[in-house]
Amino acid sequence: MVVGVDTGVLTRNNVTVGGRAGGQPMVFAHGFGCDQNMWRFVAPVFADQYLTVLFDFVGAGASDLSAYDPERYSSLDGYAADVIDVVQALDLHEVIFVGHSVSAMIGVLAATREPDRFGALVLVAPSPRYLDDDGYEGGFSEADIEELLASLDRNYLGWSSAMAPVIMGNADRPELGAELTASFCRTDPEIQKRFARATFLSDNRADLARVTLPALVLQCSGDLIAPDSVGTYVHAQIQGSTLVKLRATGHCPNLSAPAETAGAIAAFLDKAR
Amino acid sequence: MASRADRAPWDDTAAFYSALADDDPEELYDNAPCAYLSALPDGTIVKVNATFLAWTGFDRDALVGRRGFQDLLTTGGRIFYETHAAPMLHMQGMLREIAVEVVAASGSRLPMLMNALLKRDDGGRPLVIRMVMFDASERLAYERELLAARRRAEETEARARVLAETLQKSFLPPAIVAVPGLDVGGAYRPAGDGSEVGGDFYDLFRTGPQTWGIVLGDVCGKGAAAAVVTALARYTVRAEALHASSPAAALEGLHRALISYYPLTMCTALLVLLDQAPQGHRLTVATGGHPLPLCRRADGSMETIGCIGSFLGMEETVEVSESTAILTPGDTVVLFTDGVTEGRHDDAFFGEAGITEVLGASAELTAQAAADAIVAAALTFQEGQARDDIAVVVVKVPLPDCS
Repeated sequence: MVVGVDTGVLTRNNVTVGGRAGGQPMVFAHGFGCDQNMWRFVAPVFADQYLTVLFDFVGAGASDLSAYDPERYSSLDGYAADVIDVVQALDLHEVIFVGHSVSAMIGVLAATREPDRFGALVLVAPSPRYLDDDGYEGGFSEADIEELLASLDRNYLGWSSAMAPVIMGNADRPELGAELTASFCRTDPEIQKRFARATFLSDNRADLARVTLPALVLQCSGDLIAPDSVGTYVHAQIQGSTLVKLRATGHCPNLSAPAETAGAIAAFLDKAR
Repeated sequence: MASRADRAPWDDTAAFYSALADDDPEELYDNAPCAYLSALPDGTIVKVNATFLAWTGFDRDALVGRRGFQDLLTTGGRIFYETHAAPMLHMQGMLREIAVEVVAASGSRLPMLMNALLKRDDGGRPLVIRMVMFDASERLAYERELLAARRRAEETEARARVLAETLQKSFLPPAIVAVPGLDVGGAYRPAGDGSEVGGDFYDLFRTGPQTWGIVLGDVCGKGAAAAVVTALARYTVRAEALHASSPAAALEGLHRALISYYPLTMCTALLVLLDQAPQGHRLTVATGGHPLPLCRRADGSMETIGCIGSFLGMEETVEVSESTAILTPGDTVVLFTDGVTEGRHDDAFFGEAGITEVLGASAELTAQAAADAIVAAALTFQEGQARDDIAVVVVKVPLPDCS
């Protein structure tokens, strides 16, 4: 074990380190709705050349649910603090941060707060603001978000009873955690709803202009969550950023078109060298 | 009465098989008792059965090749599909029992339960998504009731917890009053998760110009029944202590109150009267069936004070023992309930040895810090889950300040 590594954070965030030891670190962050499994087809592509770091935000995947603090995770700042905790625990520098969906903005927040640790940002299907605003088209209204919360409620009826023992914090019964890992993308419905609020009610448009790192914006085709106009907005707001439009449709190109996604990231990194 | 076979719906087996054979796959698909829908990996609808069209009121031509399946969902449902369902579909190759609301041609919402399968080509590339949907209108109404019931249950539980905590607090003094020349601290921890009121109580109060009383007791049982007895016990001792001729007489007064109000409710208690004697602080300890106070002398030696006496509230007659002890600077006395000493780890008990150990290590601490340390140690011993309430009062005679 490397001296000074904070194993508390590594367990808390279920950090998985792979790839080339000593290589430039790539930290992959999952978005709302899933966990580090989102990167299972993309991260291995970079394993030869980079140190790959995957993790689950507290409250998601196989993270330590007992560490979930509703206050901390009521805004994206708390999630950005998780990123910084992981980066500091592993003492990473020149981090290439790859964030999907809401994690794109979480990465922007983390990099703005700890600029010395980060080297580049890859924003996959980003959106700095999901709600429509004066002259800005985020794509959603507050009523839509209420509908999403209701949808989360309905789709977790079966979850609660099966997963209740895990929420109660049975750290001494790892088999329960294993069960959680096996069921992809399942999380405490209350945590999901808070994450949904933190995500969809956030407004981080002003933070984009603070980004000084090389940044890649990956825009999907026909993405209902982060439409074309939003990707164009993000690209325009981050000075010197690169916008790549993927043929991949939907909101999760890391799953539906991993080769195209990884290819676009690799091309950007090669050019940035 | 005719036998079951006599009433069989088919008399002619041949006719039955012919009807089954006529049930051609096309017919089975189109008019199935569920909706079928096939879509490209991006969601574009490529095939849909008549049941789906009948339920939703759409024309086939308006959907096939023209609409994405996600477009038919409510916006909130679409976000759920894109952020939760689609990732699961790609990773597991299937979805089970996903609740969606399909917006019909008329704009009305149709609650449905969906199963889906992602078919891939030989190279593993996603080819087509096959979906079946079942009408879930009645189930939705039922689920809403369940959700509402769960919310109500959670609210009720929260209220019960507040009630338990408020009641519990009334069994302890809001703050420990200052006793000249002594340092006194108290600590309490409810059993389990604290959602139920326990029967432990303690109090510190003035009984005269130069005298103070400390009571610590334990009413047998838990919950509301124990709570009313605990409240009675705490206030009765306080009142009795002001008028009784001795601490033992005050506990006998408590015993009489218990017998007359709540016969056969067992209670153990300690009442300690503190006053000043020429040799030091005098403790007069009356004990009704309660674990005896532990005293750690300034030289590190340990002793118990008094005799146990009989339980209160049980037999008609009671024998409350009374003894005295003198405390001098550096001495510490601990009053505790059996929740401390009977804290278990496997077959081992925390015991008086556990208290002795904490006292040995906390000689420099204030009485309050020492009380907290004893509760914490007893709790750690039981791996954080107290089986019984834990109450501790610590009395210290500070060493003279040498500075």
